[in-house]
Amino acid sequence: MNHTRRNFLKFAGLTAAGLCVASAGSIMAAGAGATEKVSEKALKAKRWAMVIDTKKVGTKEAIDVLAKACHAAHNVPDIPGKQNVKWLWADGFEQAFDQPNNFMDESLEKRQFALLCNHCTNASCVRVCPTQATYKRPDGIVAMDYHRCIGCRYCMAACPFGARSFNFMEPRLHLDLTKLNKEFPTRMRGVVEKCNFCVELLAQGKQPACVEASAGALVFGDLSDPASEVRKVLREHYTIRRKPALGTEPSVYYII
Amino acid sequence: MLEKALKGSPKYYMWIGFLLLIILGASGVYLMQLMQGLTITGMSRDVSWGFYIAQFTYLVGLAASGVMIVLPYYFHHYKQFKDLVIFGEFMAIGAVVMCLGFIVVDIGQPQRMLNVLLYPTPNSILFWDMVVLNGYLILNVVVGWTCLECDRQHLPHPKWSKTLAYVSIIWAFSIHTVTAFLYQGLPGRHYWLTAILAARFLASAFCSGPAILLLVIMLTQKVSTFKANAEGIATLAKIITYAMCVNVFFFLLEVFTAFYSGIPGHMHSIVYLFVGVHGHHELVPFMWTAAVLGIGSLCLLIPPKLRDNMKLLPWSLAILVIATWIDKGLGLLIGGFNPNPFEQITPYWPTGKELIVSAMIYAIGALVVTILFKVATEVKEETGASQKPAASVEA
Repeated sequence: MNHTRRNFLKFAGLTAAGLCVASAGSIMAAGAGATEKVSEKALKAKRWAMVIDTKKVGTKEAIDVLAKACHAAHNVPDIPGKQNVKWLWADGFEQAFDQPNNFMDESLEKRQFALLCNHCTNASCVRVCPTQATYKRPDGIVAMDYHRCIGCRYCMAACPFGARSFNFMEPRLHLDLTKLNKEFPTRMRGVVEKCNFCVELLAQGKQPACVEASAGALVFGDLSDPASEVRKVLREHYTIRRKPALGTEPSVYYII
Repeated sequence: MLEKALKGSPKYYMWIGFLLLIILGASGVYLMQLMQGLTITGMSRDVSWGFYIAQFTYLVGLAASGVMIVLPYYFHHYKQFKDLVIFGEFMAIGAVVMCLGFIVVDIGQPQRMLNVLLYPTPNSILFWDMVVLNGYLILNVVVGWTCLECDRQHLPHPKWSKTLAYVSIIWAFSIHTVTAFLYQGLPGRHYWLTAILAARFLASAFCSGPAILLLVIMLTQKVSTFKANAEGIATLAKIITYAMCVNVFFFLLEVFTAFYSGIPGHMHSIVYLFVGVHGHHELVPFMWTAAVLGIGSLCLLIPPKLRDNMKLLPWSLAILVIATWIDKGLGLLIGGFNPNPFEQITPYWPTGKELIVSAMIYAIGALVVTILFKVATEVKEETGASQKPAASVEA
């Protein structure tokens, strides 16, 4: 009896030690893999921001071009109904800015506004996420880890801009699999997603997909650099941001 | 002690079998949800939390209800509650089990649930809600079980169990405060963004929770030899009445603030719930039902003559439960998400599948409560505590 117990303990001890070595090994391996090569061309900033000239891109059709470029680049599914997923879309002045104005000039009343994640400085979605799946990068971008997200949707309740979508169903069912962008992952059902300011393109030294598609109507750059294009545009035009009273400090500005 | 739950009358077995049948049948629908995703629910991009989270919120109130018995007993040495304390604690266990169940069925990737522990994030209120709910569950299991075991063996309760009972009283307030903080700290959701939300949650918990508890205790008296202290029941009914008055008062404070200030954001949700906007009146009949039943329950509970009428009391409590359930189990969530951030209305209604999955969680909770109450009543019968006079015991 004693003999077998001793053997059992020996076996258990060896197994435990083996497991420790194996997991330590895998942690080291993961550590080695984490030193990812960053392209020398990568665009860097202290705080990325976007300025949207709504005089240049102010119709549903024009904004749909941007949305298409964005959604194609990120494999965003086209789901009919109210369980849809969208990263960039168009809406009217009152819906976008929460300020009904009864006697607005006609052009402004009809104008559509490109809406997307504001990458807020005080992002409430980052504050509430229980797993840090939504996090703030040092360059100001609010990014997401789709593999850590548990799908609690607390961030969707917290976002005052309605910028977040949940994958209620398998997104690949609503994607044209022959036209997938192989450079960007598709998501699985049960996780939240949103605009990521094209971090993957910035890392390759490229501008965001919507900016590329906008023919100059969208300007993207570093807010902390006084010489940057965004700061120049902000100096020269009257701009507003969405729901400034909430104190989230959006990084997306609109030229009216 | 658990073996006491294994022996019972045919009726007891039929009830257990019925609950197991619901759990088994409904788990098929839950499996479907796991395979297809939350698309089987009525939730949407705009109303991203629905019936599940609303039930979770309501049941946190039920979990906190035991404290209305435990607090007078431990803090004020109110001995009339002596035989009810164990039921308060056991009800809390069942309620927290349901709360956790509703969270599990609501999340999109339940197999990643432990990420909340693997990457603890103190700035997320959801993290703290997980801490306080599990803590409250453990406290009640330990305190309730230990005290009952001691009663059975005619031993005094250990000193530490009293200390833990004190901790659990404070803790009970925390579970509802933290659950309210889930909502009230979100910018842009005006219906929730109010300092009184936590106080409203507590008031509604302390009337609806003990009301459900009292109804279940009345039922327990019918099916077992247990007989609760009449004065204890009358006191609990009084507590429920006060809490409901405070609950209604707090809601009226919301109405005043919204409509006297005239700030659209503050008014919109209340208008949507009670009058309807943009041609959407989905919740109007429900909210007025809640209002009428809420006032009705007060009319039946405030006059001592009506409140002390034991034939009428179950009905008064039932309509109070319905009123508070509509307020918190429907209106709070749907009114919080509507109007959405674009000042539009996105109607929400739970689907049949969503209701079946919810029935599964409720059946699990009922099973836990049945088993625990069975154990508690058996122990009381064995020790001869709080029993019906011999003549009235049914065969």
